[in-house]
Amino acid sequence: MAKDALMDYDKALELFEPVLGFEVHVELNTKTKMFSHAPNDFGSDANTNVTPVCLGLPGALPVVNEQAVRYSISLGLALGCSIAPSSRFARKNYFYPDLAKNYQISQYDEPIAFGGSVDVELPNGRQVTVPIERAHMEEDAGKLTHVGGSTGRIQGAEYSLVDYNRAGVPLVEIVTDIIYGAESDAPELAKAYVATIRDIVVSLGISDARMERGNLRCDANISLRPRTPEGQPSAPLGTRTETKNVNSLRSVERAIRYEIQRQAAILADGGTITQETRHWHEDTGRTSAGRPKSDADDYRYFPEPDLLPVQPSAELIEELRAALPEPPAERRRRLKAEWGFTDLEFQDVVNGGLLVEITETVAAGATPAAARKWWTGEISRIANVNGVEASSLVSPENVAAVAALVEAGSLNDKLARQVLEGVIAGEGTPQEVVDARGLAVVSDDGALIAAIDEALASQPDVLAKIRDGKVQAAGAVIGAVMKAMRGQADAARVRELVLERAAG
Amino acid sequence: MSDIIRLTAAGLAEKLQNREISAVEATQAHLDRIHAVDSDVHAFLHVSDSALDAARRIDERRTAGEELGPLAGVPLAVKDVLVTTDMPSTSGSRILEGYMSPFDATVVKKAREAGLIPIGKTNMDEFAMGSSTEHSAYGPTRNPWDLGRIPGGSGGGSAAAVAAFEAPLALGSDTGGSIRQPAHVTGTVGVKPTYGAVSRYGAIALASSLDQVGPVTRTVLDAGLLQDVIGGHDPFDSTSLTDAWPSMAAAAREGARGDVLKGLKVGVVKELSGEGFQAGVQTRFDETVALLQKQGAEVVEVSAPHFEYAVSAYYLILPAEASSNLAKFDSVRFGMRVQPDGGGTVEQVMAATREFGFGPEVKRRIILGTYALSAGYYDAYYGSAQKVRTLIQRDFDAAFAQVDVLVSPSAPTTAFKFGEKLEDPMAMYLNDVATIPANLAGVPGISVPIGLAPEDGLPVGIQIMAPVREDARLYRVGAAIEALLEAQWGHTLISKAPALGGK
Repeated sequence: MAKDALMDYDKALELFEPVLGFEVHVELNTKTKMFSHAPNDFGSDANTNVTPVCLGLPGALPVVNEQAVRYSISLGLALGCSIAPSSRFARKNYFYPDLAKNYQISQYDEPIAFGGSVDVELPNGRQVTVPIERAHMEEDAGKLTHVGGSTGRIQGAEYSLVDYNRAGVPLVEIVTDIIYGAESDAPELAKAYVATIRDIVVSLGISDARMERGNLRCDANISLRPRTPEGQPSAPLGTRTETKNVNSLRSVERAIRYEIQRQAAILADGGTITQETRHWHEDTGRTSAGRPKSDADDYRYFPEPDLLPVQPSAELIEELRAALPEPPAERRRRLKAEWGFTDLEFQDVVNGGLLVEITETVAAGATPAAARKWWTGEISRIANVNGVEASSLVSPENVAAVAALVEAGSLNDKLARQVLEGVIAGEGTPQEVVDARGLAVVSDDGALIAAIDEALASQPDVLAKIRDGKVQAAGAVIGAVMKAMRGQADAARVRELVLERAAG
Repeated sequence: MSDIIRLTAAGLAEKLQNREISAVEATQAHLDRIHAVDSDVHAFLHVSDSALDAARRIDERRTAGEELGPLAGVPLAVKDVLVTTDMPSTSGSRILEGYMSPFDATVVKKAREAGLIPIGKTNMDEFAMGSSTEHSAYGPTRNPWDLGRIPGGSGGGSAAAVAAFEAPLALGSDTGGSIRQPAHVTGTVGVKPTYGAVSRYGAIALASSLDQVGPVTRTVLDAGLLQDVIGGHDPFDSTSLTDAWPSMAAAAREGARGDVLKGLKVGVVKELSGEGFQAGVQTRFDETVALLQKQGAEVVEVSAPHFEYAVSAYYLILPAEASSNLAKFDSVRFGMRVQPDGGGTVEQVMAATREFGFGPEVKRRIILGTYALSAGYYDAYYGSAQKVRTLIQRDFDAAFAQVDVLVSPSAPTTAFKFGEKLEDPMAMYLNDVATIPANLAGVPGISVPIGLAPEDGLPVGIQIMAPVREDARLYRVGAAIEALLEAQWGHTLISKAPALGGK
């Protein structure tokens, strides 16, 4: 893959205005699929969660999952959308082996929800209202695995395997209107927008929202247009690209930044942008050309004749509206107050996309401070090193369990970090890691006292200083004891005992 | 010829209930008949090798004193468009040669539960596209009245099977006349129920908004008995109606008894007569209308001004939906797979399979439909056709505000000769001119035999249409006409069909 020329980011922003648009696909966590009673489960053996409907077998017919409709209405309402009293499914026709029927049942000109907006808060404190054009229901496609090529992509593969477990999983696609005015915050806005959508669907309980599993997928559209002098009308919109395979909040941000720099370099060089899908590569931090995409792509949409229009009653819509959780912006204000975090601390949490994790960790019994400490600290550090989402590393329950062990004095911070590392490495629950690695602090005073007496005896000068009231001199003894205990001691208790024994 | 096969389904059912005949005997008699005549007729694509076992189980259950449905033990021919677990389901296409479905169509499931014995799968135009069965990938079915003529289509196999006494009952599917037109040309009874009255689950889709499964029989009562078995709501078909239906068999019995024609308002559709309609067809139809009048029916001429656009609209809507429905036949998950020389990409394999697996009429309609749905043409073609559809529905609404039923000849001509219309798709398409409007509007229609055309001695049928959900009315009126004509003739029409090779 040839390396793209990139323009310096600040320079690109000087010359061009980025214009954004997002399509976020949310997989709903209904028990069964969108149009069949096949289980909607992740991680099963290939082609086991299928029925004749998912496989598009001759004679099979779709039946709408009522729960998916309810979830879609709730999501539409949470996005501030109007809910259509009557919406319709349509067939989107194209041949692809992951699409069992060679058409996708989607919604086209009559989506279930339309015309909303989402308030997004950026790391620098800026508030942006993202306009939502529509949210519509559709079914997911199956999953292709390309075997034999070096890249795992279809080009160069010897053969491909299809798993239809995902075929027919309910999706809601949220489409924004064109987003102007993001300016240099475009990458942060992209990330914050997707994080906000994730917060919304998690708070609604309608999706597992795990980006690494594809529960939440973002297609990021971006184009640049040259700046015009003050008072002049804006330039027409530039040609856009649609970047796919953006599987984490971090890569949403990086991909947008990359595309701005790449497109700016081409445009400044007098070149033209090709309208196409771009494929994001997490490892190299670059995008590569996918298939060309034009507005003339002809999917031969027509109303799905196998399904009736979706006509939710006004009562149902109001019932779902009344049951909506608080909007994310309000929730953030409430949580900040509840948790007692400073502005800086809270911003750290928000920027890390860790609101959900901390909420769930606190719900699992940890103090807000402990939850924040571990998520924004050690776990985020490991996530950054490995270039993955913190949320994908460890469950909130396990973090709470680690915090509880620290609280109980069974672990000190150093040991707790090792336990987390073990949990992340898949060695089991925190307690299992503690047991397997023998990491618990020594709480037997007898063993500690023996080590302390030995350390004091070998450092008589220190003992003398302590007895003279120079308490800080105890550090050397404490260090020696901790070393002797291989770190598995509660330093505070060791200190207490050192002072006690020295006073002897 | 065995007496068993000459019985109506109702008559056979009665003898089964009285244990005068066993289900095994009934099944064996029909299998023997198939063996004797089907090399001439070719109504069947597959004959069941488990039918006798199924019949034996029915006999055992009856012997054990179990309460069985009214048709338990009666053999049933199943159009190959309906998927079955114990027999291949090809929809008349090479692309599905040998395809075994993991599930039964809902109508087949209901039939089995009611104790009917599926004895085979019947021939049809490929994917139900045609009016003659000449488009079957497995060779045409011949009309039992004249083996040199077509049995109608697409369900020529089911109609011929019933007309040739190879089965007392058959299932068909009707998208634009595929049950009624074959009934017309074979002297049998065919019903297209109200759209949604019978489940489409397991019917290999041609045009989803038009397809409807229905009975193919020799008498109106038999059709009613069969619709009572297969009808009703199916949670696997979103377009199936949730209505509670009256018994169609009861309606047929009521009609045969007597005076349902008195005061009945009958509308003769002005647009479905005259030019293009064979003289003998028109004659028999006019005679039947006169007979209705004589029985006290009020006959009026009704105009349905938009019917003249029905065939045009139909041949946009049907190919559009079919082009999408048939996309799944791509070799990836089931059915035929054709590998181009040296392998090929998935796209090349799909293309080669579809090139080899589909016949010319299927390809013609896929191309038409793909074109009609294309961006820039959608409004002009598919969009306009849907507007015509609405206008035709309004024609029906206006007509049914005036009359109880509408009548017309079921098709413009009697059975034509093989090859006569094969090279002229428009002529073939026009054979469905009388039946298509009912599919576009979703209303029910029945074809009942009314005699033989004087000029060629071939069967003619009358089509009766009723408002949506008024299927029972068709059975009442159809049975009344049938009873009157049989009283007049002193025999059934089908009894005059040639004996064929049956010994």
